[in-house]
Amino acid sequence: MSGFGNAFSSSIGKKFIMGITGLFLILFLIVHCGINALIFINDGGLTFNIGAHFMATNWIIRAGEIVLFIGLLAHIFQALRLTLQNQKARPVKYAVNNGNANSKWYSRSMGLLGTLLLIFLVVHLKDFWVVSRFTGIPTVDANGHEDLYAVMKEKFQDPVRLAVYILAMFSLCYHLLHGFASAFQTMGWNHSKYNGIIKGAGVWYSIIISILFAAMPIAVYFGLIQ
Amino acid sequence: MSTGNMNLTLKVWRQKNNKTKGALVDYKLTDISPDMSFLEMFDVLNEQLINKGEEPVVFDHDCREGICGMCSMFINGRPHGPKDLVTTCQLHMRSFKDGDTIVVEPWRAAAFPVVKDLTVDRSAFDRIIAAGGFISVNTGNAQDANNLPIPKMQADAAFEAAACIGCGACVATCKNASAMLFVSAKISQLALLPQGQPERYRRVQSMVAQMDAEGFGNCTNTGACEAECPKGISLENIARMNRDFASAKFISEETV
Repeated sequence: MSGFGNAFSSSIGKKFIMGITGLFLILFLIVHCGINALIFINDGGLTFNIGAHFMATNWIIRAGEIVLFIGLLAHIFQALRLTLQNQKARPVKYAVNNGNANSKWYSRSMGLLGTLLLIFLVVHLKDFWVVSRFTGIPTVDANGHEDLYAVMKEKFQDPVRLAVYILAMFSLCYHLLHGFASAFQTMGWNHSKYNGIIKGAGVWYSIIISILFAAMPIAVYFGLIQ
Repeated sequence: MSTGNMNLTLKVWRQKNNKTKGALVDYKLTDISPDMSFLEMFDVLNEQLINKGEEPVVFDHDCREGICGMCSMFINGRPHGPKDLVTTCQLHMRSFKDGDTIVVEPWRAAAFPVVKDLTVDRSAFDRIIAAGGFISVNTGNAQDANNLPIPKMQADAAFEAAACIGCGACVATCKNASAMLFVSAKISQLALLPQGQPERYRRVQSMVAQMDAEGFGNCTNTGACEAECPKGISLENIARMNRDFASAKFISEETV
């Protein structure tokens, strides 16, 4: 056995994996949201397509994509393992349990929120990632770039898809509201001078990122952008 | 103070032993004084049961002044009942209303098996302490206390962690039956003081390993433990434990 022993198999080690992958996914969302927000330049998607082209062709980004999938899968599988273990830790449930008296509902529902996000992610990857990486984007824009923006405009004409995306962003918001500060606590980054900043940043981050993401299908559906 | 005596319906968990299944049993209580403590109310119930020739309800209690950590009732969905920062013995019937139905269950965790009725076996906590929750002191004269200057903030934080009475309310209320608040308090009270330093990184690894072996769940930072702790033990201790665990595993060269 190496000097690291049970560093990652112990209860705290498993939490470290959840925390570090969670923070990594939080960083990813900033990049994802930032590039997607280029549609709000309202130039018929020309700038957005430049961003999409860069993300699809730059080799550092493509390598990052692999790391992203590994991080995502680690987050999901570790969550599953921890949840099963946690359920075993209380085989007989309480007849009456007043959880709302001592904690927020979303902090106790991370598994449910995460599962909703996973279902959304399957739809979302099929909608855009599979198209841009495998089946191919049918048209090109004025700059000669693959017109991912056109794909987006076409997909978001569907009101059912619009509803799924908006609901998913509610799940994302609540998942992040707990997850952001929770990751810092798990990593042991708890400090009286910074706790307020972390909590505040977490709330603002969760709300802004979810609203921005939800605004995209809404803007396309209602024709608010070209 | 009191306005009048109360009539109550109790739903109490009755379980013969760890091998049999238990169930909630209804009891009607009349003329309960609001100035009684919750445990005194149970004493009244038990006297009535004994007079009727029935088995009294078994429950843990000792000092009845909130310092021993023995009482352990899960009352209406919360450990130690509806009041913050009190143990069950410090809870009074004036916190309830005439006609109330009160559900009383034992702590529920795989690591805390029911012994009988409302009494659970919390010796898992003792084994965690035995795994490293101490300092090794060689024999000899105690040195002058002033030889070990300790910053006031540090001493206060250690003292606050040391206020943990090991009642297990944190485990009882945690949705994952995690013992991290208890273990982190017991680690912190020593990690914050100079006497705890020589064994600091050994201790955190041994105690966490024992905690895992006992079958407690994993923390998901809901904060329920901190909210329900009768001694107000802070989540900060869990962060400190995580930090110490990371230092022990990834920075310290000593292996356990």
